[in-house]
Amino acid sequence: MSDANDIWSRAALAVACFSVDPAGLGGIWVRARSGPVRDRLIAGILAGLPPMGLRRLHPNISDEQLFGGVDLGATLSSGKLVRSNGILGAPTAMLLPMAERATAGLSARLALALDAQSGHALIAMDEGAEPDERLAPSLADRVAIHLDLDALAVGDCPVLETDFEAITQARALLPNVQVMPEALDTLTRLSARLGITSLRAPLLALRLARASAALMGETHVDEEDLTLAAELVLAPRATILPQSETAEPEAEPEQPKPDATTDPEDSTEDQSELDMPIPEDILLEAVKAILPTDLLAQLAASKAPRRTVSAGGTGAAKRGNRRGRPLPSRPGTLDGEQRIDMVATLRAAAPWQPVRAKQQPDRIGLHIRPDDIRIRQFEEKSDRLLIFAVDASGSAAMTRLAEAKGAIELLLAEAYARRDQVALISFRGEAAEVLLPPTRSLVQTKRRLGALPGGGGTPLAAGLRAAMELAEQSKGRGMTPSIAVITDGRANVALDGAANRPQAAEDAQTLGRVIRSRDIPALVIDMGNRPQPGLKDLACTMGATYLPLPRADAQRLSTAVSVALDA
Amino acid sequence: MTRVFPFSAIVGQDEMKQAMVLTAIDPGIGGVLVFGDRGTGKSTAVRALAALLPSIDAVAGCPVNAASEAEIPDWAQVEDRAIVSKPTPVIDLPLGATEDRVVGALDIERALTRGEKAFEPGLLARANRGYLYIDEVNLLEDHIVDLLLDVAQSGENVVEREGLSIRHPARFVLVGSGNPEEGELRPQLLDRFGLSVEVASPNDIDLRVEVIRRRDAFENDHTAFMQHWDAEDSALRARILVARETLKTMKTDDAVLRDCAELCVTLGSDGLRGELTLLRTARALAAFEGADAVTRHHLRSIAASALRHRLRRDPLDEAGSTTRVTRVVEEVLA
Repeated sequence: MSDANDIWSRAALAVACFSVDPAGLGGIWVRARSGPVRDRLIAGILAGLPPMGLRRLHPNISDEQLFGGVDLGATLSSGKLVRSNGILGAPTAMLLPMAERATAGLSARLALALDAQSGHALIAMDEGAEPDERLAPSLADRVAIHLDLDALAVGDCPVLETDFEAITQARALLPNVQVMPEALDTLTRLSARLGITSLRAPLLALRLARASAALMGETHVDEEDLTLAAELVLAPRATILPQSETAEPEAEPEQPKPDATTDPEDSTEDQSELDMPIPEDILLEAVKAILPTDLLAQLAASKAPRRTVSAGGTGAAKRGNRRGRPLPSRPGTLDGEQRIDMVATLRAAAPWQPVRAKQQPDRIGLHIRPDDIRIRQFEEKSDRLLIFAVDASGSAAMTRLAEAKGAIELLLAEAYARRDQVALISFRGEAAEVLLPPTRSLVQTKRRLGALPGGGGTPLAAGLRAAMELAEQSKGRGMTPSIAVITDGRANVALDGAANRPQAAEDAQTLGRVIRSRDIPALVIDMGNRPQPGLKDLACTMGATYLPLPRADAQRLSTAVSVALDA
Repeated sequence: MTRVFPFSAIVGQDEMKQAMVLTAIDPGIGGVLVFGDRGTGKSTAVRALAALLPSIDAVAGCPVNAASEAEIPDWAQVEDRAIVSKPTPVIDLPLGATEDRVVGALDIERALTRGEKAFEPGLLARANRGYLYIDEVNLLEDHIVDLLLDVAQSGENVVEREGLSIRHPARFVLVGSGNPEEGELRPQLLDRFGLSVEVASPNDIDLRVEVIRRRDAFENDHTAFMQHWDAEDSALRARILVARETLKTMKTDDAVLRDCAELCVTLGSDGLRGELTLLRTARALAAFEGADAVTRHHLRSIAASALRHRLRRDPLDEAGSTTRVTRVVEEVLA
């Protein structure tokens, strides 16, 4: 529906509108790999920015760089207090590369800066490869323009021409741009129909429409501006596919609009061309034309159309990756292995500087003695992660899937109380699927679990592999994973997806050995009606506890798991 | 110059606004937790609250906003000791703030420039007698949460580090906001909030349009907009001040106490903080409404805010805590 040229010309318009009102629009979120396409876009943005400056951030930027602070080096050399100005000190555009890596803390600060309306704008360069690696939702919500340039080749993208004079004129014109009240109505209704809950969206769309009108040299927002605003601001945020011209009651609010033009709020200016209401449906069509294709795919698969909310950039990963509580630094010697705590060392040395400087007047710079050295200490505390690999095959579904779900819910409640994280993998048909990456959110887990469908073959090996991979990943993030496999044990789909019973059993055994070799604690729960000897062997290979639970109810299952894992 | 959206101009979200006003009347209620989707006006409301709050009398140069000269902590070197009227502090605690910034630490500037060992007060000091606002409170690092729990409980910040031994009062109203889908809050911290409210985007299209319309007017027709709403804010401020006075003589019947206790027992909320908050909040509401005694009507209006976050979490109960509280309130206060 929307080909590359369209995307690029829309991006060009977006950049132009952004140049007109950078602070008002909050910024641009560009999802694209680093490459010539992105470089051209940035060049276009830069050309339109002056007189606003541009500062580069990085995902691990410190508070001092952001907010300013004491310039230690300059203070020491001059003997006077020298402060450095932070990036947020003066209105500026901020270019944030690798925006998907920005921590929750940084995102919160930037969101605060954008909220303050102090003239900051954010250009977030998001290179996330996975769908759930993306800019933090708190920031995405605050920047008006969302662009996805991943599909573009450099040949589709001519260099952006910046007409700086037009932009300057548009900036002067912007305060005089009038918006009729219906336009405001239309954008709000449209965003509601697209399933956008945030009320920032219509507001940002309105600002974009103003900027667009100013850019065209007009003082009234017209249909074209609204269409552009809907395409650039609302369409990328849509969470449901809008129904147009159905008999749904939602379509009703369109009717009262003609009366609304007699609203006393109307300015007394020439209204002749403004009296034409803008049909919401035209905007809707425009939005539908450029809705992301994966939204359609998602809807077709009747999955929850909501974006994975847990994926706050690196939010989810970061929360699991707390390097424990930093303990107060302690005096120590540098042995090349321990990390020095620079600030604490300087602090320890600071009070003595005047005295030491008097003792050694000829020495320039800081006087740091060995007994000033402070060593960093962290209290390691890694989160426990409980990975549930649930057999949702036809045979299991027949027997006890409902009970397994119940048991998992009970365990979740316990995990919640202990602040453990949980992850959910289901395997059925030909493959395994990570239903829920490690999370602490009870609400999400329950939702996913409730929606877990059953049916198909039993690809036990694939399930084990997915669980193992997830466990390895989470170890890398500083968590302590355990695996709980819940199955009836009739493995009948091999790792390559073929329905081959002996091969399937062998693959499961191989993976069992791998899990054991990686030293991941595991638990195999047999939920078959009769205990399976094969499953017991597998548990043995994995070094896992084996729990046959032929007649267990959810409560007993839960107790058994807690006991086995705590042992 | 940052412009603040007026509190009275916030459309809908009555429960949130009510909770914030009640903590302004009686800071002893102990904080508000606002949970809800993005873009529902959580941060707007908190920032607006700062502008709405009546000012406090404090020593001009005091880092902890002491009310009188006698209350200035001994470590503080206050030059300007005049009592002035200051706006109630509303301090932001950003995520990822270091322990140093929160509790205070050795003043590196002074140490470097003058070779003195002095204490540089942190955010907790600045928030004394005011509000401490934490956006995305559910993403706050655990060790900062621990600090807050301790201080919110004792009303005093004790710093023992880097050879400093400092204590100062830190009594503040904790306001937290967050999105529950991004992670949950530790029950211990949950309990420290007096009230908790859930906000959602209005489903009513006309309400939504009204929100956008006011915001647009705020941005593009600022002077006229503020003229109108400043008056509303002033009226609300005056009402808060009156309510603070009324609160001192508020009468509470034993029957109301019984009701509080019965509500909490039926809901099975832990500890006695539930009853206490329920009572304080109902009294504040009665004062705000100009009544001279607390009635069941007041209890009913605030029961959900005061209790919904104190229930035992039942993961198998699909109905939210709000429903449970409402049900029990109906039963007990029938």
